[in-house]
Amino acid sequence: MSNIRQSWYEAGARERIAALVDPRSFAEFVGPECRETSPHLGIFNLPAQFDDGIVVGSGSINGTPVLVAAQEGRFMGGAFGEVHGAKLTGLLRAAKALGRDVVIAFDTGGVRLQEANAGEIAIAEIMRAIVEARLDGVRVVGLIGGRAGCYGGGGLIAGCCSTLIVSEQGRISVTGPEVIETNKGVEEFDSRDRALVWRTMGGKHRTLIGGADVFVDDDAAAFRAAATAALARPAKFDAATLAAEQARLERRIARFGDMSDATDIWHALGINDPKAIPDMPADAFATLAAQYRESADDAR
Amino acid sequence: MTPAEILDSLFPAGHDVTTDGDLLFGRARFGDGIVHVVGATGRAPIGIDQAIRLSAAVLQIASSDDAAPILFLVDSASQRMSRRDELLGLSEYLAHLAKSLLLAEARGHRTIGLLYGGSAAGAFIATALACGTLVALPGAHPEVMDLASMARVTKLPIDVLEAKAKTTPVFAPGLDNLVSVGGIATVWDAGTSLADQLQTVLATPRAGDDRATLGAERGGRPAAARIAGAVATAAQG
Amino acid sequence: MEILHFDIAAPMPAGGTRKMALVGVVASGNLEVLVERGDAADRCAIEISTAAHGFRDLWDAVVADFVGRRAAGGLRIAINDGGARPDTVSLRLAQGVRLIEEPEA
Repeated sequence: MSNIRQSWYEAGARERIAALVDPRSFAEFVGPECRETSPHLGIFNLPAQFDDGIVVGSGSINGTPVLVAAQEGRFMGGAFGEVHGAKLTGLLRAAKALGRDVVIAFDTGGVRLQEANAGEIAIAEIMRAIVEARLDGVRVVGLIGGRAGCYGGGGLIAGCCSTLIVSEQGRISVTGPEVIETNKGVEEFDSRDRALVWRTMGGKHRTLIGGADVFVDDDAAAFRAAATAALARPAKFDAATLAAEQARLERRIARFGDMSDATDIWHALGINDPKAIPDMPADAFATLAAQYRESADDAR
Repeated sequence: MTPAEILDSLFPAGHDVTTDGDLLFGRARFGDGIVHVVGATGRAPIGIDQAIRLSAAVLQIASSDDAAPILFLVDSASQRMSRRDELLGLSEYLAHLAKSLLLAEARGHRTIGLLYGGSAAGAFIATALACGTLVALPGAHPEVMDLASMARVTKLPIDVLEAKAKTTPVFAPGLDNLVSVGGIATVWDAGTSLADQLQTVLATPRAGDDRATLGAERGGRPAAARIAGAVATAAQG
Repeated sequence: MEILHFDIAAPMPAGGTRKMALVGVVASGNLEVLVERGDAADRCAIEISTAAHGFRDLWDAVVADFVGRRAAGGLRIAINDGGARPDTVSLRLAQGVRLIEEPEA
């Protein structure tokens, strides 16, 4: 590793893995040399990618063995197709069998529409595999701060993780801004209003309402440090966990359900100057958030 | 079929399922025991307000020790597409509902989704597709995204998409296509007793997530089972 | 998709011991280049998969220029093209050859 700060947002999937795991510890499974490309993109005269937009393998983080996956947001928007999804499913099933923690670097627009049915089922399979691994005590840590954000079914998968680490760029949402606007009109959501997108779906808002656990700067080393800490947290997932999540999600609706904008919610949290949040540097924001935010307290 | 007709055919011994807006909750006598019923009906979108009530019901069942199956009736739209739902973290609510169903299953409750109408996208994942076994009635019409929206996103003319849909089940909406990729285990016969068909499902033990294997056998998803297996083998090698 | 094959004399043998190198991604105007070791040390085999049909002559020129200037002998190269311009192709090919010569990271 060098001392030069590396942007997580700008990095590709392989660079993110290289920044996360210990040097020379990474071994890829079903790598590009296997040429396991999408069997479906050719129908649309679209070029395939040798890894189908996801890198999966094993490595260590500060000496702790982990399984790791990273989506490539530049290829097909990091979307889940048949092969892409199956690689993550296989990794998670191995995690359960081995009792080994998993780190997933999300960067996805959701289901890949050219193979939508295969991608949709893949997401359901992945969520099931995460829950089954977590019930056996496996940690599944999600990292979100890429170009494509974490949308659609990716957002639902993220919601199954034990810990979520986000940067400001890490947007988490089900329906993307463009799709809401297309279906419900610009009055419902103006997707070109980037400030609205960031404060509704971005990492700062998700951190403040408890949708994400750890806020980091757009810095690969910060993601690695936060992942290291997350892997040291207790791995608990049972009926009590979901009862606590039920309670916190009910409380969120009760507290904020009538509010129409993130700044109203931030104000209700006790933040005096919510309009200053979007421009606030990461460390200042993290300090403020620690004081005012709704923490999920591992109830996820 | 309407939810009332479905429930009557499923539970001739009676049930106390009641509607709450577009949601259903209740229990029914079935054979020597009971079946818990939840439902998302009326072709309605599933937003945070619906998801949190469904998960509350599922978690309550999960915490009971009766080990009775849960039947989840589904006829929904997609997830609710609104600024408010996304602002408040819809992804968490839908994931929480799915996790609740998976927890109930892990605690001994069979979870059976019965898709009798529509469902789409994130709502489909959080409800029907989070059940251990998913069956459908003829006429059900699941979709990830409608072809018109798909045409906009892929920038392909809709008639081109329709033509391609005839050659592959992998992307276009519809029950047959979801069956072909292994997402739906069985399509029931609406002309015979649904109770008998439910009994058949409950009498067949569930052995893990077999959707990728079904997709390979049926030809709609040729690679997933093989790839997932190859990765899992490599990881444990 | 159009698939193009080239198998041409490459006088300069590739160095290093790395088995494989991958550079680039498949995106609009970009491409991925997978470089592996082939059979004959004085040949370079290149397979290109591209959605842009009818550019064989252009690829021919880029490939000829590449093996003339870079140590590409003994390499087997596979390309997935997202509609990259020739200068981008040349850049990725050069990066791929450089990476396979580097020690394992």
